[in-house]
Amino acid sequence: MIPRAAPVLAALLLAVPQAVQAGAQGLVYVSNEKSDNITVLDPAQDHRVVATIPTCGRPRDMEWDPEKRFIYVACADDNEIGIVDVEKMEQVDAIPYIEEPEAFEFDHAFRRLFVSNEEDAALSVVDLETREVIAWVEVGEEPEGVLVTPDDRQIWVTSEAANLVHVIDGETYEVIADIPVGTRPRRFAMTPDGREVWVSCELAGRVDIIDTETLTVKESISFLPRGFRPEQVTPVDVLITKDGSRAYVALGRANHVAVVDVKSREILKYILTGNRVWGLTLTKDETVLYAANGLSDDVSIIDTATLTNVKSVPVGQIPYKVLIRE
Amino acid sequence: MRPFRLLVLLPLFAALTWTADLRAQRAQPPRPTVTVAFLGLGDDPRWQRWETYANLELREAMDPADGARVAMRDARIVGRVLGVDFDLEVRRAKDLEALRGAFEELAASGVRYFLVDLDGPDLAAFVAPYRDREVLFFNVSAYDDELRGEKCQANLLHTIPSLRMLADGLSQYLAHQGWHRILVLQGPDPEDAEIAQVFAVSARRFGNRVVEVRQFLPTHDPRSREQNNVRLLTTGVDYDVVFVADHRGEFGRRVPYATVLARPVISMTEHGPTIGLQPSAWHWASERFGSPQLNQRFERQVDHRRRMRDADFAAWAAVRQLLEAMMKAKSADFAAVRDALLAPDARLDVYKGVPASFRPWDRQMRQPIVLHTHNAVIDYAPLPQFLHQFNVLDTLGVDEPDTACRL
Repeated sequence: MIPRAAPVLAALLLAVPQAVQAGAQGLVYVSNEKSDNITVLDPAQDHRVVATIPTCGRPRDMEWDPEKRFIYVACADDNEIGIVDVEKMEQVDAIPYIEEPEAFEFDHAFRRLFVSNEEDAALSVVDLETREVIAWVEVGEEPEGVLVTPDDRQIWVTSEAANLVHVIDGETYEVIADIPVGTRPRRFAMTPDGREVWVSCELAGRVDIIDTETLTVKESISFLPRGFRPEQVTPVDVLITKDGSRAYVALGRANHVAVVDVKSREILKYILTGNRVWGLTLTKDETVLYAANGLSDDVSIIDTATLTNVKSVPVGQIPYKVLIRE
Repeated sequence: MRPFRLLVLLPLFAALTWTADLRAQRAQPPRPTVTVAFLGLGDDPRWQRWETYANLELREAMDPADGARVAMRDARIVGRVLGVDFDLEVRRAKDLEALRGAFEELAASGVRYFLVDLDGPDLAAFVAPYRDREVLFFNVSAYDDELRGEKCQANLLHTIPSLRMLADGLSQYLAHQGWHRILVLQGPDPEDAEIAQVFAVSARRFGNRVVEVRQFLPTHDPRSREQNNVRLLTTGVDYDVVFVADHRGEFGRRVPYATVLARPVISMTEHGPTIGLQPSAWHWASERFGSPQLNQRFERQVDHRRRMRDADFAAWAAVRQLLEAMMKAKSADFAAVRDALLAPDARLDVYKGVPASFRPWDRQMRQPIVLHTHNAVIDYAPLPQFLHQFNVLDTLGVDEPDTACRL
């Protein structure tokens, strides 16, 4: 009863994991906001550019599907979330009618997509199956960073222009809190114990730490690498390691990534990068940190053991976000 | 509220009470409303379509109130946080007298915040009698340095840069490029003389030198060829760059590419068209600091009829700063808002990189200056090498030790 096509099918299925294994760490994908493409780097070949995948216009934030076969990429100029097949190295599909998407997240069941929607100053909730907007929550102007709590019960959104963090109920989509934070809040990171949410405040030059119990800012960490003026310190992306010990903060025009000891709030080091560093991504084993440099069109590769920038790789124009297939 | 509903029956009061009544019904208990007023003249020549011979459009018609309208969109969420409603009341009167009537009427109804869209002399005359009133005026379209100098007043804030700030931005760029020697071509109007004079003071501050000032005349008369022929106007002297002081923008638009020496052309106007490289408060082609988002919001607001210009930006910034101050003060109380607005540590995002704040000595909003051509931003001032002991933005405009303002 085995159909004749079975061997072919099996071969096709086998091909996928093989490709994933190519290279010790898997390929690295960088969205380039101004050149409308994704640059593909191969760490096994000293981060050589192995491909460039054209995408919809002004690609910014990217996320993997659970199988890491497809990259979802927010295209602000085409008002859609493009879907790129990394095996075929091309954009194969798109979720249309999403006005100027910038940052987005999926829920943990991969059923819903939460995307900040600049035109309407809203958070849109899109059903991934029907591709319809199932909810729409009014937030401040220029919503940007999105965080979905691990239990999917809350969605957090920053509003860049209103200097607010909005906490939204993950089921009813009611706004639970509007939390005033520093000027131009951008991105989130949650500590693994779920007690703190760190939010970068780009024009305040700091990270505000929100207590998830009281939903208020309980502490702030300001950054100032040597030789820079406070107004050059414009933090965007922020990451916290899986063990909750260390945070990495991309300092934008101060051209450094700050390394922070989460517990003591102490700034351990400023790592020199390219110009206007923003998008940060860690490898699964957290030994390598990739940092996209928006104004020098390159990606810095940082060794997290020595906290040094070991290499810079030129990519497309205005690199925004880095994803790793591993 | 209930007894007042009876008034709805009276036709005279019906229109007045209807909206308030509806609002009260919707939100229980009734939320206070903070009204921001926009005052200007109905036929302000600065905002008409600028035309030249043969109906050529030098600049489209505009209304800076559009900038305030864009900022009012932000007010919904600030209102949600503070538990207040916001309203924008735009009043354009036929003359200053009528505008005073509108002001008194609004002030009597409790309005405290006024965006005033008048040219320099009118603005000075309009606000002077209200020096001691518990209100805040925002100058959104007058660049005159005098308003920040001898004619300053404590309740008059300026979100539009001064002419001197524009000039300093341009001068920094010239110094940065090493284009130190400047030939000035100056038009016949008093406005042109003012532009040339402010530019000359600024040039000296940044180590540049005006090698010569030559008067041009907008005429075709061959007897005045020394003053209307760009080749003749730009010959017989050496210079790095040509500065055109032409507030109408009509003569100046034909100076680039017509000079005897191959030199760049720069200029500075208040609301006119762009000639060569020019300093402005805002430009639609700015790609950095989130400015595309603001430009897009503005263009949607005006149905893509036009692009955002300086006075739109200044009106937007005034409302934005007010909302920001209310968020910071966590209140709509006038004194608290005023203090938050003028706080020395204020960091107000104006989409030009360096955060803005108000100068305590003359109430001018510090802000970067955009250096642009007709379709591209070339740089932003302050340029990195210009430093200041307190705030780099104070390298633009009249600094505290030099101010003529006594508050």
